[in-house]
Amino acid sequence: MLNSILSDDLPRSRLLTAVLLLILLGLAGGPFLFDGSVAFRTMSMICIFIIVVAAYDMLIGYTAVVSFAHMMFFGIGAYSMAIMLREFGASWPVVLAGIGVGQVLTIAAALLLGLLSLRVRAIFFALVTLAVASSFLVLLAQFYHFTGGEDGLRVRVPSEIGPAFRLTDTPWRGFNLFGFIRKVLSGAAIGEAWSQSFYNVRLTGRLLMYYILFSAALLLFLLMLRMMNSPFGRVLQAIRENEFRAEALGYRTVVYRTASVVFATCFTAFAGALFALSTRYVNPETTVSFSLMVFVLLMTVIGGMGTLYGAVIGATIFLIAENYLQDLLRMLSEAATNFPLLAALFHPSHWLLWFGLLFILSVYFFPQGVAGQLRIWAAKRRERRRQRGAAAPAADRAFDVEQR
Amino acid sequence: MAEPLLNIQNLHSNIGQYHILHGVDLQVPRGGLTVLLGRNGAGKSTTLRTIMGLCQVTGGSIAFKGEEIGRLRTPLIARKGIAFVPEHMGVFSLLSVRENMELAAIGGPMEQQRLEWIFELFPALKKFWHRPAGTLSGGQKQMLAVARAIIEPRELLLIDEPTKGLAPAIVNHMRDAFRQLKDAQTTILLVEQNFNFAKSLGDTVAVMDNGRIVHAGSMAALAADPALQTRLLGLSLDQHQ
Amino acid sequence: MTAQNNSPPTLKQVGAHSLQRIARFRMEYPHYFLLLLIGLVPLLFINFNIWLMLTISGAAMGLLIFIMASGMTLTFGLMGVLNLGHGAFISLGAYLGAAVLAFLGGAAAAPSIAANLGAIVPALLLALGVAGVLGLVFERVIIRPVYDSHLKQILVTVGGAIIIEQLIQVVWGASPIPVTRPQALAGAVVIGDMVIERYRLLAVVIGLGIYWAMIQVINRTKVGILIRAGVESTEMVEVHGYRIKLLFMAVFVVGSALAAFGGVLWGMYQELITANVGEQILVLVVVVIIIGGLGSVTGCFFAAISVGLVNLYVGYLVPPLGGVAAVGLLVAVLMWRPQGLIPVIQV
Repeated sequence: MLNSILSDDLPRSRLLTAVLLLILLGLAGGPFLFDGSVAFRTMSMICIFIIVVAAYDMLIGYTAVVSFAHMMFFGIGAYSMAIMLREFGASWPVVLAGIGVGQVLTIAAALLLGLLSLRVRAIFFALVTLAVASSFLVLLAQFYHFTGGEDGLRVRVPSEIGPAFRLTDTPWRGFNLFGFIRKVLSGAAIGEAWSQSFYNVRLTGRLLMYYILFSAALLLFLLMLRMMNSPFGRVLQAIRENEFRAEALGYRTVVYRTASVVFATCFTAFAGALFALSTRYVNPETTVSFSLMVFVLLMTVIGGMGTLYGAVIGATIFLIAENYLQDLLRMLSEAATNFPLLAALFHPSHWLLWFGLLFILSVYFFPQGVAGQLRIWAAKRRERRRQRGAAAPAADRAFDVEQR
Repeated sequence: MAEPLLNIQNLHSNIGQYHILHGVDLQVPRGGLTVLLGRNGAGKSTTLRTIMGLCQVTGGSIAFKGEEIGRLRTPLIARKGIAFVPEHMGVFSLLSVRENMELAAIGGPMEQQRLEWIFELFPALKKFWHRPAGTLSGGQKQMLAVARAIIEPRELLLIDEPTKGLAPAIVNHMRDAFRQLKDAQTTILLVEQNFNFAKSLGDTVAVMDNGRIVHAGSMAALAADPALQTRLLGLSLDQHQ
Repeated sequence: MTAQNNSPPTLKQVGAHSLQRIARFRMEYPHYFLLLLIGLVPLLFINFNIWLMLTISGAAMGLLIFIMASGMTLTFGLMGVLNLGHGAFISLGAYLGAAVLAFLGGAAAAPSIAANLGAIVPALLLALGVAGVLGLVFERVIIRPVYDSHLKQILVTVGGAIIIEQLIQVVWGASPIPVTRPQALAGAVVIGDMVIERYRLLAVVIGLGIYWAMIQVINRTKVGILIRAGVESTEMVEVHGYRIKLLFMAVFVVGSALAAFGGVLWGMYQELITANVGEQILVLVVVVIIIGGLGSVTGCFFAAISVGLVNLYVGYLVPPLGGVAAVGLLVAVLMWRPQGLIPVIQV
């Protein structure tokens, strides 16, 4: 049954499975395991960006379409939701309409982009998407009467997912995992630390919204897994490997590629709509900026292109680093106060410098990303075990099909 | 027997993951014209390209004047004194004829006497001296490609099918040019499908099939033996033209 | 059809003949055609004096962009390398320029143009030097390992750009930095009832000068021949005995240095440098090199001026669309000529 949920695309590496399970459990129990608003925000963003990055992996990893306009669609989804809620009031039908408007605009824009890709070759296309995305940003800032410009828009959400809503009045109990570990490590008695680590979790609309995010991320991820392992997905991979051959075999590559773009952008726009509902505030910086596009690229590559699981890993690593690496850097910076240059380099606001370095190193030495590399290692281990054990390694090797 | 100018032993080479040459043994004697014959796909062009460093050597050795060049990069191989005229001519179409020649004259300004000699061989080049090479006809491009290879004295010329698709009158031009080069002590390794052309110029001949040399000997012997021709190349080459 | 050579041509015949000639002009000289179209059509909507002011300003902006874009088009045309880190070199130039001008504030504030040059020239030289060295390192360390894959080039050059821009912030901080134009170049000249900023005139002169110099090198020198040949086929250039890898490195270094050079000038043009100045210009550079045709310096020149002009005309006629005029032009040109104005390489 696990096979059918995961569409026969298992992690194929025990370490990878362990990490993914950890992340799944962490996100599932999130509000009840990690206390504080920073943690809450990080987990929400992880759920949203799992969708965004997985969709980008569909494009760049499976279909080999490099596009810099990905976050433009995120913004279309987010702003559609925000503007619809502003114009028509905060009710659930409007929420659905907001999603709908976002999807329609996205499909239209994606088709136009697909049309453009007919005229120009692949590498031109990447550059053109860069230009188009940046002009979207400019337009967004320009028409501030409509879009709120650089200041952005507050989003009024239906009360059920607002902070004032209570599912029940009695709070549930949460267990502060890291707090507990920290107390134990700093010497407190286990029993005492245990009892002190419980905290109250109010079942507010925000909590409800979080679980909407979590469910959406889980379902959409499994859906994308299914899509990439279906005949459709296989054709995409064939086009990626050798477009000419695929065309010669009778597949209309333009249609498949455009379909892939449309799906990926629609998922992303949906994630944008969820973002608007969750953060209740949209502005160009947090939705369509170029740095955000670069972040998504980083997450996809570090996680592992063409694996989809990489999206989960990449999004988690990046967002945790963004929020917590700064603390680590602050410690290092304070430790280096005697060397002003080092202190400046380690200053928490420059965390991206170190991340950029990590990124370049990973492109050179681990081009498969975390997920891809774990799979390669696991496959090699299996191969070695087989060679050691079997008397007829050649026959067994036939079954060890190289899968990505 | 004198030391061959080019001595290839057990050469293996790849294009990407495809193993094309399976142990080529070829000796090119100094001062003559050696013809490399064979069916399409036998590996003749790949042999030339491998000598020039454009295909990866995966085994064996290539010795030029006694020096191993199999692992060198293309520019260094060229500087050792080997010129190459590829199958698709490789002229720079956006550059003028003059600029193409200037580029080929790596040693400095073109020697006027030599240039005059080239103009005698290929008058069209003088006529179109300032025109972009892309506007030349196929035959003229071929002449330019050969002219580039000989603007500076070279010890070894590798030429890949220079008469392909050319009118008979131009083929005669080529024949004259190569005869004069032979007189000037230039060694030529020629890949050719046109057996008559090859027969009129060749001193030694080697036949390739499936990435290997299957026959080597004098051109005179092969030309006199139609049965051998049929066996090696499937047809009597006289008829095949 | 009896002999018509005795009767004067009809209007229809003249019209058809002219359209034919225009069509041929459009095909053979697309760059002139585009520039004329962009330059002359606005005359229908704008009065002449304003048009002249906008044209000079647009040309100034366009020429500055040309300086910064020329390196990228050559790098891509010759080496097939897509360097998205180009914007970081522009930022570097802008910040270095601002720093030197501030340091030599005295010379910059003096009213004589000679003293001003005493501040500008060191700024330009420093930017050229630092960017040149950094370009060398960048090419060797970051780009050389990934010559074979466009995707990897995009990734590592973006990573490299992040690092460079972060280092810039380490040194100069993240807040915008104002740049004062040197005294003799500040302000404007008044001709009739037109007001033209002095600095923009200087930018036009410098831009034209650099274009002229590049064309001389490319068309008259052996290096230029090698570059043009290399754009067509690096293999054949190597066959003739040239180590084209060295040429790549030289072109990359010069291109990066030019980017920084342009950055210095851009800083004085905008009079304000923000942390993402490189990114913003990168978009314009990308638009220009695609419109111009990858690998063609002449195409880049005409495309850059066209973009500058369009930017200013649209900014005047339809202000809200000013910021996206360049991209609009890009889409329009791509529909007309997908390979750009002067196609040099088939991509």
